[in-house]
Amino acid sequence: MSAYILRRLLYAVPILIGVNLLTFVLFFVLNSPDEMARMQLGEKRVTAAAISSWKQERGYDKPLLYNAAAQGLAKVTDTIFFQRSVKLFAFDFGSSDDGRDIGYDISQRMWPSLAIAVPVLLVGLAFNISLALFIVFFRATYLDLGAVVLLVAMMSISGLFYIIGGQFLLSKVFHLVPISGYDTGVEAWKFLILPVIVGAIGGIGSGVRWYRTLFLEEVSKDYVRTARAKGLSERRVLFRHVLGNAMIPILTGVVVVLPLLFMGSLITESFFGIPGLGSYTIDAISNQDFAIVRAMVFLGAVLYILGLLLTDISYTLVDPRVRLQ
Amino acid sequence: MMPVILWTDALVFLLLAIAVGFALYAARHEHLRAPWRRVARSRVGMGALVVLTFYVLIGLLDTIHFRLPLPAQATGTPGAAVPRQFAPEVLSVFDYWARPLRERQEKTYSAPFATHLFVKEAITQADGSVVRDYPRLQYGGRHLKDPDQRGWDIFGTALRGLTEGLIVWGLITLQVLWSMAQRRGLALSAVYEEVRASRTELPWRTALGTLAVMLVLGFVAGALALKYHILGTDKVGEDVFFQALKSIRTGLVIGTLTTLVMLPAAVLLGIMAGYFRGWVDDVIQYLYTTLNAIPGVLLIAAAILMLQVYMANNADQFESLVERADLRLLFLCLILGVTSWTGLCRLLRGEALKLREADYVQAGAALGVGHFAILGRHILPNVLHIVMITLVLDFSGLVLAEAVLSYVNIGVDPTMNSWGNMINSARLELARDPVVWWSLAAAFLFMFTLVLAANLFADVVRDAFDPRLRGAR
Repeated sequence: MSAYILRRLLYAVPILIGVNLLTFVLFFVLNSPDEMARMQLGEKRVTAAAISSWKQERGYDKPLLYNAAAQGLAKVTDTIFFQRSVKLFAFDFGSSDDGRDIGYDISQRMWPSLAIAVPVLLVGLAFNISLALFIVFFRATYLDLGAVVLLVAMMSISGLFYIIGGQFLLSKVFHLVPISGYDTGVEAWKFLILPVIVGAIGGIGSGVRWYRTLFLEEVSKDYVRTARAKGLSERRVLFRHVLGNAMIPILTGVVVVLPLLFMGSLITESFFGIPGLGSYTIDAISNQDFAIVRAMVFLGAVLYILGLLLTDISYTLVDPRVRLQ
Repeated sequence: MMPVILWTDALVFLLLAIAVGFALYAARHEHLRAPWRRVARSRVGMGALVVLTFYVLIGLLDTIHFRLPLPAQATGTPGAAVPRQFAPEVLSVFDYWARPLRERQEKTYSAPFATHLFVKEAITQADGSVVRDYPRLQYGGRHLKDPDQRGWDIFGTALRGLTEGLIVWGLITLQVLWSMAQRRGLALSAVYEEVRASRTELPWRTALGTLAVMLVLGFVAGALALKYHILGTDKVGEDVFFQALKSIRTGLVIGTLTTLVMLPAAVLLGIMAGYFRGWVDDVIQYLYTTLNAIPGVLLIAAAILMLQVYMANNADQFESLVERADLRLLFLCLILGVTSWTGLCRLLRGEALKLREADYVQAGAALGVGHFAILGRHILPNVLHIVMITLVLDFSGLVLAEAVLSYVNIGVDPTMNSWGNMINSARLELARDPVVWWSLAAAFLFMFTLVLAANLFADVVRDAFDPRLRGAR
């Protein structure tokens, strides 16, 4: 097992190198630091001196890959590629284009993101699974048909609609919760309710449909027929046998997204003014802060690979038939 | 008139040609024709298809671009050949057709069917005194002498639209019934009875019923839109109904071209990985895992940021705003394609892995057929249904993604009409009192109808092509 995990971690290295190279090419080769500086400082009337000082402050004045002017090892290390891209592997994110420490910002903003993402995941999971079981209980009736139609309709509604509608209804019309904002500590709960509700409702359409098909697939299997033939009640069959066996795909589906919860939700966080990593990314995009975007790309890639690894491991834990080698 | 072909126009026409070509190809191959027949027999499928057709027609009308000629100018030397001058503005057939909607621009917000502006202004009255009041709209309800008659006027106009719609629908229905009767040698009344009782092979009742709803809605909206702003006007006074209609093309282009541009890479790499295995498989798997590892939104954001930098620094390369917006749309499709081809690639790899062990492929290899001949002749035709399903399934997700991306400002160009841009510019207005809700409502309504129809259609197509894939997402 540990040998397998180690090998998988080693596999991750070339992928991360690839991600890194890709972002490096995208951010430094396709567009020279000069162009970035001009974009940041205003487009037309920028003096060459202003550009070079902007570049110097951020360390973008170094050569891209190979520094001929430096001595010894510094020929390789004193370059943009080493300073900006290679250092990401040590999770040294450096400073953003306006001089803040990215690593510190990430460690601070991680928690609000989790405070939204984890409840959304848990509430959504509990709600979607119970609803799907309910629908499967009434399978092949008009209730089932109506529910499926409703689910497809809910799937077809833009996520933005749920957010705007929720804000409008709960905050503006009924004044139940604040529209947006965040507070530290326990006081944060009233800012969290609305995003969590909206996030959970927005996921119902596709979530319940997915679980419904999972359960329906299980229901038609032989062991379910055996259980019924034994004389078990339909409720017992559904909850004990079907749910238990459907837990495997459900669990692995959840595990793969677990690490990515850290990244937060871009849209939800910026709509509700929550200072998490999602709104951090959005702000970086709109301020065109390339250093932060680069750091988040790398972080996202690491978390994605972690998710894949966790999925494989969780398979062995829940399903004894799967052996990793 | 000078035709203008933008990049996305050309690709839409290419897509159309491919669709027609594929339809002809499918018509000659039973394994492709049978599932489509199943789609056509489904009531949900036909209903959704009728709705989609309306969207596609408007989108296509909006895809044929041209520049109008300017009025000929007198020159100093009579008889000298004057080169025709063309207006700089690029119009589409749809723009030209809906010019009453496009040209009637108010000053600022006005509510749906309003006769007065949404905000107060200083009005000079006949006696010279100035009062602050809601001024009459320049175009909306201008024909009314007394705004109080509005209710009856709307009712009358809607009724006229309804009648016109029903007449057109009646003519089409009659034509359909008549040609069915002709082909099967039955009396018209017999065919009518069959359709009414829904005993026909194809669900004509559903199709004609949906057509009736769409035609009536269209004609009523059309009749009213000539007199009023039926969905209000936005901040700069543009008709929201017109904007929502114009956004159809953007949505359709993103939903279809994205899949089109990613198809060659996904299909080629997918079947090659599955067929050749070994190091080819390793390289291709590495490629798509790497691309997948980058969060999609961030990759799009990074690419769009880079495009913005490029466009800002090379502003002189673009002749007009329309061209620039169009290139950005194309680029968005490309980058969305880059983030979304991996799923299809993986599916195709799995399928090719299975197919390469099939007897006919083994036989082909034993007889000395080349690898690429096998790929083209045996593998590719047998994975086409997966490509088909993916194309249809991805569509609605992409339409919805456009709105989200535009909200983050990494979507289509801000000057381009799109539902995302409408939502983005309207969402702050919800804070006003009374609320400006019509832009949001219009964008969500049009988007919802399209996505719902696409989702329903996609389900039918998926079930028809591959019952095993049912509920794949």
